[in-house]
Amino acid sequence: MGLDIWMRENPLTYIWVGSYAVAFIIFLIEIIMVIHKRKNTLQQLRLMREALEEE
Amino acid sequence: MKKLSLLSLLILVVRRDLILAMRRRADVLTTLFFFVMVVSLFPLGVGPEMDMLRKMAPGVLWVAALLASMLSLGRLFSADYLDGTLEQMLLAPQSLSLLVLGKMAAHWMVSGLPLALMTPVLGLQFDMSVEAIGVLMLTLILGTPILSMIGAIGAALTLGLRGGGVLLSLLVLPLCIPVLIFGTGAVQAVTSGLNVSAHLSLMGALLLLALVFTPWVTAQALRISME
Amino acid sequence: MAINWFKYSAPTTFYPLAGKLIPWFAVSSAILFAIGLYIGFVIAPADATQGEFYRIIFIHVPSSIISMFLYLIMAAYAALGLIFNTRLSSMMASAIAPTGALFAFISLWTGALWGKPMWGAWWVWDARLTSELILLFLYLGFIALHASIDDPRRADRAAALLALVGSVNVPIIYFSVKWWNTLHQGSTIKYSGTSMHVAMQQAMFTMLAACWLYAITIALMRVRSIILEREKNTKWITELAEVK
Repeated sequence: MGLDIWMRENPLTYIWVGSYAVAFIIFLIEIIMVIHKRKNTLQQLRLMREALEEE
Repeated sequence: MKKLSLLSLLILVVRRDLILAMRRRADVLTTLFFFVMVVSLFPLGVGPEMDMLRKMAPGVLWVAALLASMLSLGRLFSADYLDGTLEQMLLAPQSLSLLVLGKMAAHWMVSGLPLALMTPVLGLQFDMSVEAIGVLMLTLILGTPILSMIGAIGAALTLGLRGGGVLLSLLVLPLCIPVLIFGTGAVQAVTSGLNVSAHLSLMGALLLLALVFTPWVTAQALRISME
Repeated sequence: MAINWFKYSAPTTFYPLAGKLIPWFAVSSAILFAIGLYIGFVIAPADATQGEFYRIIFIHVPSSIISMFLYLIMAAYAALGLIFNTRLSSMMASAIAPTGALFAFISLWTGALWGKPMWGAWWVWDARLTSELILLFLYLGFIALHASIDDPRRADRAAALLALVGSVNVPIIYFSVKWWNTLHQGSTIKYSGTSMHVAMQQAMFTMLAACWLYAITIALMRVRSIILEREKNTKWITELAEVK
């Protein structure tokens, strides 16, 4: 019940922390994951290329 | 002449699968036993109040039927895939969709139909009225073929994959939701004294739709998986 | 125009194009997010009946709309890949899927948070929320099937078929859930009893555009990684500046 009263007293905090912060954190995590994946893939490609050049 | 040959081909496939299923009777019985067991577990989980059980019965039986049909779907193509029969079927000059339809029909006869025939006994456990049991049986007879047909698509797509069984349920269960809704809706309609024909017609429409499209889609899925 | 279209449907030409477009989409998305939030929280007045809580719709409604449209777009790309055997379309389909699933999740999450102050429950079995949940299941099925097949060609084609079956099923599921909902006399939700204030509409459309641009940005970024991974044995990849 404590939460119910709190959310009615602080609706904007509730909205921000509950919805918008969560949504933007999800976006942020997705962006970080995509960038990380790109770095990994490029790294892998560089290694492949080096291996080819050594042969 | 051609029509007869198509029909006889269909009968041939169905008969072959039924004979194979009869050789492994344990598989069929396991599915049926699973269905009975899941349904019987519900009263133990939620308590023995008859009013509540009567209300829950259609949902419980339908969900149990859904899960039971998922169990047997993995076997739909896997045996034929392993011994190379499926490859021959793909190469056969006859339409693959028709062969697939035959396999679906056989699958329904060994996994869906027994469940539907079992419902009167289980319905009595839940103190359902005679009309409600009748309608429930009818919806199961109309609905379980749809489950077999939609499930066949999933079975074809997950052919030969690691952990195919769980994946199969994940793919197929969401697609089966309309069948579940109309199936349980019909029983609830009859218990509250409403007309059930709307539900049954919608279920029939779904069955026809599935009958037209799923064999072809499953055939395409098999081609993708067997490449 | 037609020639241009086909030119950019090959990974070789699409990869650099996507690289050039990404910063533009990203920056305009960030700007629109800022504007949308400003209008939504500063300019738009509090709703007469729902108070401040209605402001959740500025993220809830755009993410619901986008999650549904992304499924259709994904299925369309998958179909193109299946029928015309174009590599890029299949890659686009698998690049869109995770974003669509995340938008579906955000829509459910914000829907629950909106539901609590409005109807006193985190979850109500409303037709829209239930359909959104099923949509999330469909996305997860697509991703799981794609991930569990090792051969990328088979994975593309199998997942494409699943997406097509799903997209045919989506309207059936939606109407059956809606019908089930009215049958059970569940909670009936009215989005807005009164007409929406102009600033509310502006905020919503700005946020919708921002979310779209975000979705496009992230899908392009992901598809670039997928292109690199799939085409790693081709000559043009090894000659790229970033690989050297």
